[in-house]
Amino acid sequence: MVDAAIASCSGAAIDKWANDATKAASQLGALDDVSDVFIGDATSFVGVPSNAETLLSLAADHPDATIVAGATDVGLWITKQLRNLPNIIHVSKVKALHEIEDTEDHLSLGAAVTYAEAESHLAKIDPDVGEVLRRLGAKQVRATGTIGGNIANGSPIGDMPPMLIALGATLHLRHGETTRHMPLESFFLAYAKQDRKPGELVWRIDIPKLKADETFRAYKISKRFDQDISAVMAAFKFTLDGRRIVFPRIAFGGMAATPKRAVQTEAALAGLSLDAASSWSGAIAALTEDYEPITDMRATAAYRLDVAQSLLRKALIEIAGAEPGETRLVGARGKTA
Amino acid sequence: MATAPRKSIETDAVGLALAHDSAALHAQGTAVYVDDMREPDGLLHVYPGYAAEGTRGKVTALDLEAVRKYPGVVAVLTAKDIPGANDCSPTDHGGDPVFADGRIEFHGQVVFAVVAETRDAARHAARLVKIEIAIEKPAVTVDDAVAMNIEDVLAPYEFTRRDVKTVLSSSLHRISETFLIGGQEHFYLEGQVAMAVPEENGAMTVYSSTQHPSEVQHLIARMLNISHAMVTCECRRMGGAFGGKESQAAQWAALAALTARVTGRPAKCRLDRDEDMIMTGKRHDFRVNYDAGFDRSGRLTAVDVEFLSRCGYSADLSGPVNDRTMFHADNAYFYPATSIRSRRLKTHTVSNTAFRGFGGPQGMVFSERMMDAIAVKLALDPLDVRKRNLYTMGRDVTPYGMKVEDNIALEIIEQLETSSNYRARRESVAAFNAKNTLLRKGLALTPVKFGISFTLTHLNQAGALVHAYTDGSVHVNHGGTEMGQGLYIKVAQVVAGEFGLTADRVRITATTTGKVPNTSATAASSGADLNGMAAKAAAGTVKSRLVAFIAQQWKMPKSRIRFVGGQVIIGNQNMSFGELVKKAHEARISLSSTGFYATPKVAWDRDKGKGRPFFYFAYGAACSEVTIDTFTGEMRVDRVDILHDVGRSLNPAMDMGQIEGGFVQGMGWLTNEELVFDGQGGLRTHAPSTYKIPTAADVPADFRVKIFESSGNRENTIYRSKAVGEPPLMLAISVWSAIFNAVASLNPGKIPPLDAPATAEAILRAVKAVQS
Repeated sequence: MVDAAIASCSGAAIDKWANDATKAASQLGALDDVSDVFIGDATSFVGVPSNAETLLSLAADHPDATIVAGATDVGLWITKQLRNLPNIIHVSKVKALHEIEDTEDHLSLGAAVTYAEAESHLAKIDPDVGEVLRRLGAKQVRATGTIGGNIANGSPIGDMPPMLIALGATLHLRHGETTRHMPLESFFLAYAKQDRKPGELVWRIDIPKLKADETFRAYKISKRFDQDISAVMAAFKFTLDGRRIVFPRIAFGGMAATPKRAVQTEAALAGLSLDAASSWSGAIAALTEDYEPITDMRATAAYRLDVAQSLLRKALIEIAGAEPGETRLVGARGKTA
Repeated sequence: MATAPRKSIETDAVGLALAHDSAALHAQGTAVYVDDMREPDGLLHVYPGYAAEGTRGKVTALDLEAVRKYPGVVAVLTAKDIPGANDCSPTDHGGDPVFADGRIEFHGQVVFAVVAETRDAARHAARLVKIEIAIEKPAVTVDDAVAMNIEDVLAPYEFTRRDVKTVLSSSLHRISETFLIGGQEHFYLEGQVAMAVPEENGAMTVYSSTQHPSEVQHLIARMLNISHAMVTCECRRMGGAFGGKESQAAQWAALAALTARVTGRPAKCRLDRDEDMIMTGKRHDFRVNYDAGFDRSGRLTAVDVEFLSRCGYSADLSGPVNDRTMFHADNAYFYPATSIRSRRLKTHTVSNTAFRGFGGPQGMVFSERMMDAIAVKLALDPLDVRKRNLYTMGRDVTPYGMKVEDNIALEIIEQLETSSNYRARRESVAAFNAKNTLLRKGLALTPVKFGISFTLTHLNQAGALVHAYTDGSVHVNHGGTEMGQGLYIKVAQVVAGEFGLTADRVRITATTTGKVPNTSATAASSGADLNGMAAKAAAGTVKSRLVAFIAQQWKMPKSRIRFVGGQVIIGNQNMSFGELVKKAHEARISLSSTGFYATPKVAWDRDKGKGRPFFYFAYGAACSEVTIDTFTGEMRVDRVDILHDVGRSLNPAMDMGQIEGGFVQGMGWLTNEELVFDGQGGLRTHAPSTYKIPTAADVPADFRVKIFESSGNRENTIYRSKAVGEPPLMLAISVWSAIFNAVASLNPGKIPPLDAPATAEAILRAVKAVQS
C-alpha cells in the first residue's frame, strides 16, 4: 500500500490540475495587475498594496494594523484564538519584498520571500541550512511562510533566526522613507518584543556567505524529524585559523525567551584548538551561563541544556573530524566517507 | 510491499485484493462525511463551553450573560435543559454527564453549550462565559492519585497462578523494575461531529460519526426521555475512529439532539481539533511495576506484575480496557507462576477510553520489556529468551485459564527470523556498535498474540439485512461501521460470494439502527468476523429460498444448482442471477432476509477469572532495526520486516493497509507521540503543532511487509479469515524494543530504564542512566 502510494505520487502528474496549469497560471497572473487593494474603512480594513510606497504609508498611518505575509501564524490567531483583527495589511503582493540577490559573497532576501523561494539559495550557503529548511513545515507551509515573517514574529523557537544570527545576518527595516539596519540578534529584545517601531516594516535580510576560513553547522532537535517545531535549534559559525577557532558565533533557539547568541560560550571557545578536545569542556559548560531554558511540552529545561551542550560538542567533533563513525541520523552531512 | 491479487477458491469475490469501495470517492473528495451532508433548512450549530481555568472543584458562579448576548446566539443549554438522564456513559457505571452539574472533575469538562445560527458565533460566544471554580488540588498522574489516596474509578482485579511470591523467592535470577507507558491521542482525521434532525411527534434522527450507532441511539433516547424506537442513529462512514468514537462520540450527538429537541430545528455539533483533543479521552497511560524470576537459560519461573492505569475522572470503558491489559500481559509467553494485578486509578483528567488494541498493547509492552531485561541480565540474545518462553505443548494455559490451541507464534517468528536475516544482522549491528560511539544501533524481533472477541461475551453478536432486487443487484446493511478500514468491501465480497456475483453488484449503505437493531460497537477487531458472518447468513437465507424455488420449478436436485460468475447453473442450463431473481419475484418468493451471528465457544466468568474469553488468537511478528544518537537521544528506524497472520485473507489489499497503518500508528505511540499535562491537569499538547503523529517520512525507508501464508483460521470464522484491525499495532513494540537494545549496547549488563514513548528526551535519559 505504501509502495502503491509512492508509485502513484511519482512521475509527472496527469490530472485536471496539470492539464489546466498553464491556463491557471495566466489567470492568476492577470490578477496581479499592480493595483493597490484596499477593502473597508479606516476602522476596519484589509489592505493589499502592490506598490512599496503605498505599503509604507499604509503601515505608517496604521501602526496598530496586523502585518501579514504568509499567515502561517496569524491564521491561527483567527481560527484558534478567535481573535478579532480589525486592520490587516498584507505585504506579499509587493514585488520589491520578493527580491532575491544572490552574489558570491552575500545573499539578500526581501521580507516576503517564502521558504520555498529562498530554499535553493539558502541551501547553497551550507548543506545544514538546506536540511533544516527541508524539515521545516510541509511543502504548503514552505510555499506560503516567509523568512521575514518568521523574524518579525519574534518567536523564540523559529528555525531560521538562530542560523541567520550565527551567519551574521543584518536586518533592514523601513518606516516611510526612513531606513535603519541592525545585526539580527539586536532585533530580538525580549519575549514577543522586537525592536520594531510602530508602523515600521521588516524589509530585507542580508546574509554574508561563508568565507574560506569559516565553517558552519546547524542542528534541529524536535520530537519528530519533519514538520515539527524545534525544542532546541543550534547554529554555529567558526572562523578558523588553521586548527584554531579564532572567532566563534553561536546562536540557539528554544533556549531563551528569544533567539539568542551564546556570548560567554563564544568567549570561552575563542582561541581553542580543534585538536585539543579536552580543552573544550570549559566552553561547553559556559552554555549554562548563557542560557536558562524553560520546561514546556516540547522538552524539559534539563534536556534543553544538556542537548545544547551535546550539540556544541558534536559540532566541534564534526569540524575537528574527531569521530571515525557517523555523527548524525538525518541529512547528508555526518556520514562516513 | 504489494501483494498480488489472488483468487479465492470459493468465489469470484472473497479473497480478492479489491480496492476500498469508497477509494475513488475518497480520492475525489466526494465521499460524504457528516459535515459534508447537505445542511437542512434552519440548521443551528451547537458548541460546548467549559472553564478556561480550573480542573477540579465546585462551580461557584456561572455567568452566561455575555454568551447569551453575543450576536447570533439562539439559546444556551445547561444540565437543567435535559428532560431525561444527564448521562452519556457507555456502561452501567454512569458518571459521564453530558453537562457537568455543580462541579467539574477535569479541565475541559463541558459545563454548557451555546446554540447559534453559525458555528463561528457559537464558538466565539462560548468563550465569553465567566465560570468560577472553588479549585481543589487535582490528581493529574497515576502517581498523584496513589499519593493523594484518591478512590479508584473501579475495583482492582487480579489473575493468579500458584503462589508467585514463593516461586520468586526460590528463583535463581530476579529482576524488578518500574517504568511508564504513555497514552495516545486518536488523531482521527475527521473530528467528532454529529447532526440531529427533529422528526414528527418528538422523534429524532441523528447522523453521528460513531463506531456505535446503537449506543448513541439508546443514550439519546434516555436523555430525551423517549423510547429507543423514537430515535434513529445513522453513520455512513467515519474519517478514522481508532476507538475514539466507540463511547466518546455520544456526547456530541447528545448535544445536537438536545438542541434539536429544545429549538425544534436541526442542529450540528462539530468540535474544533484543539477542543476535540482536550475534551475527549485517550489511550490509558500506565505505571508498571514488576518482579520476574527466571532460570539461567532465561526461562521464566514467576511473574509478579502490577498495572496502574490513569483512567481519568470516570469509568467510561476503563473496566474492559484494563481487563484486556491483563489478558495480554503474557503476550505469547507462558508464566508458570504469576500474579497479574490491575488498579484503575481515578485522576482529574479527561476520561481515557478505547484505543486500537484496547489496553492489550500496554500489557504486551510490559511482557516484551521483561524479555529484553532478562536478555540484558543474562547476556543472551533477546530473541532466544523470547523463544524459550513461548507457549508450547504442556505449557499452553494462559493465566486466565484458557488453553492456547492455535499457537503459530514460533512458526511465524522462525520464518521472519530467516526472511529478515536476523542472525547476520545481529552480527552487523554489533560490528557497527564496535566502530561507533556517537551513534548506536539496535535490533529486535518481537511477536504478537492477540485475543479476538469482546471479553464481555454478550457483545459477540451481529445482525445484517440483505435484499436482492429484480435486476440482480443486491443491497446490504449490517451492524458494523466503516471507519476507513474496509469493512464494507469485505462484507460486500462475502455477500457477492454467496450469490456467485462480483462485489460491484452489491451495494452497502449507511449503518443505521433502523435497519439493524441492538448492534455492538465496531470494535475489538470484530467488524468483519461478526458482520461478515451475519451478512452471509442473511444472504444464505435468500439463496436457500432461490434454490428451493429452482428445485421445485425446474425439477432439479439441489446438488445440481450452482451460483457462479453472475450466473445460476441449473443442471445443464443457465440464466443470469437477475433473471432468476425476477422469476422468483413473479413466483412470490421473499427476496429479503435478516441474518444473525453469535460467536460460538466463548464463555468468560469474570468473577472466577477463568474461561475462554477469546474465540481465537491472531499472530504476527516484526523485526525492527534502529539507530540512536547518544548525544541527543534522536532515533531513526532503519528497517522493518513484518510477517502477519490474517488466516485466509478476505481481502489482502485491505489487510495490508491495516498491517502497515497499524504498525505506523503503534510506532507513533511508542516514539514521537507524547501527551503532556501541566501540573494543574491542563493538556498542553492539544494540536498537531505540539502532538506529533508520524508523517509519511517516518514510515521506515526499508519496510518489508508480508501476509503469513496460512491454511486458514483453525476456528470456523468467515472463510477462515482472521481479524486484523488491532493486532498489527502491537508489531511496533519491536521498534521500542530495538531502541532498548541500542541503549543497552552502551553498557552490557545494565538494564536501561527506558520509558514509553521513547522520545529523544526519554532515550537520552536512558542513555545517561546506563552510562553513569
